[in-house]
Amino acid sequence: MKAFSKARLTKTEVRTWNASANADSLMKVLVAVAAFTVIAILTAIAFELYLNSLPSISKFGISFIWGTTWDVSTEMFGALPFIFGTFVTSLLALLIGLPISLGVAIFLSEKVKSRRMVTRSIGTLVELLAAVPSVIYGLWGLFFLSPLLRRYVETPLHDYLGFVPLFAGTPFGLDFFTAGVLLAIMIIPTVSAISRDVLNAVPNSQREAMYSLGATHWEVIWKAVLPYARSGIFGATILGLARAVGETMAVTMVIGNEPKITASLFSGGYTLAAVIANQFTEATGQLYISSLIEIGLVLFFMALAINTFARLLIWKMKRGMNIRV
Amino acid sequence: MRRRKKKDGLVMGELAIQEQSDIDISLASQQGEVLSDSSASVSQRRRGHKIVTIDLKAQFGRVQVLRGINLEIKERSITAIMGPSGCGKTTFIRCLNRLHELTPGASVTGRVILDGEDIYSPKVNPVLVRRKIGMVFQKPNPFPTMSVYDNVAAGLKLNGVRDKAKLDEAVERSLKLAFLWDEVKDDLKKSGAALSGGQQQRLCIARALAVEPEVILMDEPCSALDPTATAKIEEAIFELKKDYTIVIVTHNMQQAARVADYTAFFYLGELIEYGNTEQIFENPKNELTERYITGKFG
Repeated sequence: MKAFSKARLTKTEVRTWNASANADSLMKVLVAVAAFTVIAILTAIAFELYLNSLPSISKFGISFIWGTTWDVSTEMFGALPFIFGTFVTSLLALLIGLPISLGVAIFLSEKVKSRRMVTRSIGTLVELLAAVPSVIYGLWGLFFLSPLLRRYVETPLHDYLGFVPLFAGTPFGLDFFTAGVLLAIMIIPTVSAISRDVLNAVPNSQREAMYSLGATHWEVIWKAVLPYARSGIFGATILGLARAVGETMAVTMVIGNEPKITASLFSGGYTLAAVIANQFTEATGQLYISSLIEIGLVLFFMALAINTFARLLIWKMKRGMNIRV
Repeated sequence: MRRRKKKDGLVMGELAIQEQSDIDISLASQQGEVLSDSSASVSQRRRGHKIVTIDLKAQFGRVQVLRGINLEIKERSITAIMGPSGCGKTTFIRCLNRLHELTPGASVTGRVILDGEDIYSPKVNPVLVRRKIGMVFQKPNPFPTMSVYDNVAAGLKLNGVRDKAKLDEAVERSLKLAFLWDEVKDDLKKSGAALSGGQQQRLCIARALAVEPEVILMDEPCSALDPTATAKIEEAIFELKKDYTIVIVTHNMQQAARVADYTAFFYLGELIEYGNTEQIFENPKNELTERYITGKFG
């Protein structure tokens, strides 16, 4: 050890030694500051939201969460229609978006068509979709998707299956259904790109093990690849869900903006994010503003809860399959 | 035949020159003549050969990995394939169950006759071939999301077996054959990935056995394991040859000498020598084989 102790070094060596020691501690401080900034920002957001929503919290208490009226003239504010709208549209987005995303991911990773050019260009296109600003999705949804869905999906569904509560009401095009479909399209790039990476990371030995038991290509995908990748795919899904829950602009443009709780998918609705974006500029009166901020607080905790829940689940799954050797 | 042998520097195994008809088949195959399936199957059955490869060549893209392998593998015996790294021994056994061609850019030419049928004929479904030929890989690769039980039953479930009693019976039998039953019988619901490395490899052997294949290919099954685990696996392999034809790739000459009845020596994609294990180790006919066995290269 003696050869490395400070006492036996020459002057220049001592200088280098000191310099590198200083650089080390400086680096440590810098990264620690960066790490704690994240925590500080998160706490600051929660605290600020809480502080500014105090008037609303003291007026409505916990019943704000299940209050169903949102009436500006009588200053009665309840968040349930928005929570409901957020749930319904996000769920619809997952229901439609997840199978398509998985299909894309399997196509791109499992050499369904082994043409490199095809898979590469589709992969890049999918990633490009994620870069399109959400207001563009909103415009497209408003002028193209909404009329299309009303004419070719909603009206036939209503005509033939109108007795099912889900498809009751007059299809107007600006409703939960359109918002859900648009959100599905918006989460496909994220979910499929991550799922593809997850599937690519599945070791080939897993595929070969299944093949050597006499499995077909599809059996290999269903029974070896997807189960192995399930925690990663689940993570991708949660990222998609988080995007759907928080998405503001595009949803605001196609959901119809009516605070309603109804079983019909063809009715206008509202989401937490949309109501904040729509009404904040015109909000007058302390209670109105603070109620909108409390909506923000609810959205904040909803996103936090989804992420925490997902992380817990992934952690549990991973613990079950830690591989030795 | 003799002239060819000299020219190629090849010595065909003792097996191949036991009978006159054998010479015919080797000769025909070496000259690349088309052999009808029926004649191959007749001579194959007479000699008890499970697998015959005829001018088997394999490549990855433009890289030639196997340069025309002619080898007869005897039924209910253990055949070891040994040779230095990169000699094509792993590729060779991956050609026997049509796994090689799944790698992008990989291709195979030549013929592999299993029970008288060319498994590379266009009429043959590779999925069905793989059900007859089990495989154990270099690194243990149990399915981590499945329990011990489900790992072993996976192949049977692929074949549509749903009967619980049948599955139970097959799982127990396979685990016993792989010498793993006593260690896991109380914990069949445990994840396959929670076992130790040696146990995982025996689980993979049990998984391959459960579908009752006729041939088992093993690709350096002990290379990732310690000597105790290796001994257990070798014990299992030795028992298995009563019912199965086993082809084992090994880097380890002692292992080949311990378990194998026949040994083939590969070098740079060619079969250099093939014969009884004793003969190969005690009295190798080819200089390369001798130098490899005595540790002068490899």
